[in-house]
Amino acid sequence: MSTISRDEVARVAALARIDLRDDEVDRLAGELDVIVDSIARVREVATPDVPATSHPLPMTNVFREDVPQPALPVADVLAAAPDAQDGRFAVPQILGEE
Amino acid sequence: MTDLTRLSAADLAGALARKEASSVEATRAHLDRIAAVDGDVHAFLHVNDEDALATAADVDARRAAGEELHPLAGVPIAVKDVVVTKGMPSTAGSKILEGWIPPYDATLVEKLRGAGLPILGKTNMDEFAMGSSTEHSAFGNTHNPWDLDRIPGGSGGGSAAAVAAFEAPLAIGTDTGGSIRQPGAVTGTVGVKPTYGGVSRYGLIAMASSLDQAGPVTRTVLDSALLHELIGGHDPRDSTSIPEPLPPLVEAARQGALGDLSGLRVGVVTQLQGEGYQPGVLARFHESLELLTKAGAEVVEVSCPSFDYALAAYYLIMPAEASSNLAKFDGMRFGLRVEPTDGPVTAERVMAATRGAGFGDEVKRRVVLGTYALSAGYYDAYYGSAQKVRTLIQRDFAAAFAQADVLVSPTAPTTAFPLGEKLDDPLAMYLNDVATIPANLAGVPGISVPNGLSDDGLPVGFQILAPAKADDRLYRVGAALESALESTWGAPLLSRAPELG
Amino acid sequence: MTTTTPALVAYDEAVRRYDPVLGIEVHVELGTRTKMFCAAEQSFGAEPNTQTTPVSLGLPGALPVVNGTAVEYAIRIGLALNCQIAETCRFARKNYFYPDVPKNFQTSQYDEPIAFDGWLDVELEDGTVHRVEIERAHMEEDAGKNTHVGGSAGRIHGAEYSLVDYNRAGVPLVEIVTRPITGAGERAPEVARAYVQALRDIFRVLGVSEARMERGNVRADVNLSLRPTPESPLGTRTETKNVNSFRSVERAVRYEVSRQAALLDAGETVIQETRHFHEEDGSTSPGRVKSDAEDYRYFPEPDLVPVAPSREWVEEIRATLPELPQARRRRLHDEWGFADAEMRDVVNAGALDLIESTVAAGASPAAARKWWMGELARRAKQEEVELAELAITPAQIGELQQLVDSGRINDKIARQVLDGVLAGEGGPEAVVVARGLEVVSDDGPLLEAIDAALAAQPDVVEKVRGGNQGPVGAIIGAVMKATKGQADAKRVRELVLERIG
Repeated sequence: MSTISRDEVARVAALARIDLRDDEVDRLAGELDVIVDSIARVREVATPDVPATSHPLPMTNVFREDVPQPALPVADVLAAAPDAQDGRFAVPQILGEE
Repeated sequence: MTDLTRLSAADLAGALARKEASSVEATRAHLDRIAAVDGDVHAFLHVNDEDALATAADVDARRAAGEELHPLAGVPIAVKDVVVTKGMPSTAGSKILEGWIPPYDATLVEKLRGAGLPILGKTNMDEFAMGSSTEHSAFGNTHNPWDLDRIPGGSGGGSAAAVAAFEAPLAIGTDTGGSIRQPGAVTGTVGVKPTYGGVSRYGLIAMASSLDQAGPVTRTVLDSALLHELIGGHDPRDSTSIPEPLPPLVEAARQGALGDLSGLRVGVVTQLQGEGYQPGVLARFHESLELLTKAGAEVVEVSCPSFDYALAAYYLIMPAEASSNLAKFDGMRFGLRVEPTDGPVTAERVMAATRGAGFGDEVKRRVVLGTYALSAGYYDAYYGSAQKVRTLIQRDFAAAFAQADVLVSPTAPTTAFPLGEKLDDPLAMYLNDVATIPANLAGVPGISVPNGLSDDGLPVGFQILAPAKADDRLYRVGAALESALESTWGAPLLSRAPELG
Repeated sequence: MTTTTPALVAYDEAVRRYDPVLGIEVHVELGTRTKMFCAAEQSFGAEPNTQTTPVSLGLPGALPVVNGTAVEYAIRIGLALNCQIAETCRFARKNYFYPDVPKNFQTSQYDEPIAFDGWLDVELEDGTVHRVEIERAHMEEDAGKNTHVGGSAGRIHGAEYSLVDYNRAGVPLVEIVTRPITGAGERAPEVARAYVQALRDIFRVLGVSEARMERGNVRADVNLSLRPTPESPLGTRTETKNVNSFRSVERAVRYEVSRQAALLDAGETVIQETRHFHEEDGSTSPGRVKSDAEDYRYFPEPDLVPVAPSREWVEEIRATLPELPQARRRRLHDEWGFADAEMRDVVNAGALDLIESTVAAGASPAAARKWWMGELARRAKQEEVELAELAITPAQIGELQQLVDSGRINDKIARQVLDGVLAGEGGPEAVVVARGLEVVSDDGPLLEAIDAALAAQPDVVEKVRGGNQGPVGAIIGAVMKATKGQADAKRVRELVLERIG
């Protein structure tokens, strides 16, 4: 894999919804370049015959009964809201679509 | 009157049980200590005095009424600010959560409250647990009580420093790559990362979901066992929580303290020593091995070749999971909201502005790295590959545990370095975790036991690892080592720490 | 943004020259009591934000736990659609930022759906059957609801801000994805509609959802592409969302065929995009172009463990599946012996359940059909209501038919009784009694009436004795009139002939 470029950092930051100043993008590109180089070595041993582990301890079928528990009181739900109206969270204009 | 702040939690609990002191007295003594020294140490982000004293008073009343109480009832405790506490600020060391008051308690906090432990406050940490020095906190550095110009370790430097500075006899930490054990090593305290799933993660502000564990931070091995038994156990609200009960940990600690380790095989991991490890660290390590041998243990060398890839795998898996876990911090429902000063104020732009302003450099670094590792076209090469390394590490552990009952290494390669020394070199900072990371990747438990001072007069830690669900072995061996060491020292290690305040 | 109306080719013309290929994604909200990953109750019409927990609100520290009933429902759906049920499957995170997605990721399933490789035979109104192949059915959670304030009503563009309600966030969904549906030709719109309808019927019969499209319990996204011939490679497809009814599904397909045909005719390319359906005029328009939308950075959900339904459990569930709509229709068709066209009419009129219940209440299938598809259908049309909404029950129709069969009333009177029941005067028996409609069964009053009629028409006797039976009808008519129709015409005829000699 090639090094992680400045444009790549900008693209990824946008994907992660983080505003970065130009100097931050530059710095990050340099730092991540070094980091990515060193972590890329995982490919050396990650051969096709080795399965991936996503959970440290093997467990399956952990389920919950379909029985209701009390909901959070609305006051608690909205207590930390930066903006609320009519019992709902007020958020700025949404341009994109799901 | 005894200085209540100098007692171990077990001794303090004993004093409370015998009514030689009240919980209110003990709590007040610790609050006074905090007031006296925390200006210098800065272990605490929030001190919970009123509520703590109220809990203490309640415990005293119930004890007076003859009620049967938990062994640790009335013993005060500090909690790392990554753990959600109802009615008390929980910032995870970040500006983006400054002032956020959760509407619910983490399961482990419910257990603390249920047992009657006064919560002294919330401790400082690297922002979102990303770091090894607590220098990445948005709210200032924590200072190592052994040398205030040095780091207390991270990410849980606050809890370790609080306990090392006698501001609390007990603390809660969390460990994703060593964030309990490494601070333990550099502050001369005991820190335990339980088996993954051994302590509920419900209420832990998540960093890397498949690696995070909460655990005890204390001055003695027995204290950790007592606290571990209180906070551990199955939680139906955590799907990754181990269903079986904990093995008897306190009993293991008491047994271990008797000092007989005959029949025990101790595996020294070749890959977790050598280059990068300070001579003083290695010297103390070998001396401790000697002590274990004297106690009857057999020391063998084991090789875990995949451990050489552990750091790389960790710095792929952890940022990837963290990048997803941190997506919820967007200024829409709670926490900081920042509007862009130029251009339209849209939800998308507010999210980006909020996260740009609210996240620190290290968080940005890891979120960008993690997002990159997961993004289209890169998954197999990075995240996918790292998950395979994880399999290899588990296999190496399994093979090693066939040859030895516990595995050991120095906890960290160096003693506490000066504040600011590694801030400009992220990779150098990451190397602090090289010995602790493998355990998180495999889910096995580990403990760091203070095993002396290095040539620079700073504390060093001895790490013991056990197979998954065999946390009792940590306490048996840890207690035996502690007992042997204190015999040679004549007093606990922390008695040699400089006076503060 | 362009607002010009696109060119359209008449539908019939378009399908002559192009072969449409469909793809349909249906989301169904499961009717469990609680949400997919937390125990908040879910119900329609609750006050905003009164049905959330820290988990479904996406608060820091919260963890998901899988609703076992939702898994069972998902398996039921998979089995009803003739799918394989996975031996093991995992949840995955679909990462994207949107205010109605509280964690800014959706917990879903990616490359490991719980059910896959199924099919459904869809019957069109004229009896044609088209097999739709089903690629997969997987579990996921719903998002909250945004209400846009300001700007043009109901649309996102131009909105000043939005209000978000998280009651729906976390509601269990099953998403069903078809393989490309080919070979439908000009009947593609019908096939699409019939498929969604068939699914809806299945969901209801299985008891996994109320499946009301108008409430959003069932949502369809319709994909369509055109190609010159069935042998050509697949064309570029568009996805039309916001399709809220069966009729809209059909209309959306027709519109897209017309629109895409016009583009292709003009030598232009179809843009792969998401489009919105407009109820008012049956058209579709482009959604906003997304730049990074497709990079969802899927990875296995670390907070949940795999779901591995045992084969025993799957068989247990299979054994509890009710008879599915199609199988039931076939069985009833066989049992009732209706002609194909008659059966289709019954199904299309929504009278299947009604007739079945009426037969269960004792009427013959023919009689039941006669009532529901005859007299009652006429009245329903008159009142502009559905058959099922008429103020009469299948049991009552059964009772009514019983009264006719036993001779207590005749067909003509039965209609009066029907009026009475529909008017709310009570059940059939009660109406007969109250209105005194019972057929006269005692010969006495009949003979009186006969004598009176014969006396009034003396020439009848001679004519009948002379061999002409025709005039008997006039006597019967007079008797019926005298008895207000409450006479068994057959019996009257018998008695008249006896009387005349």
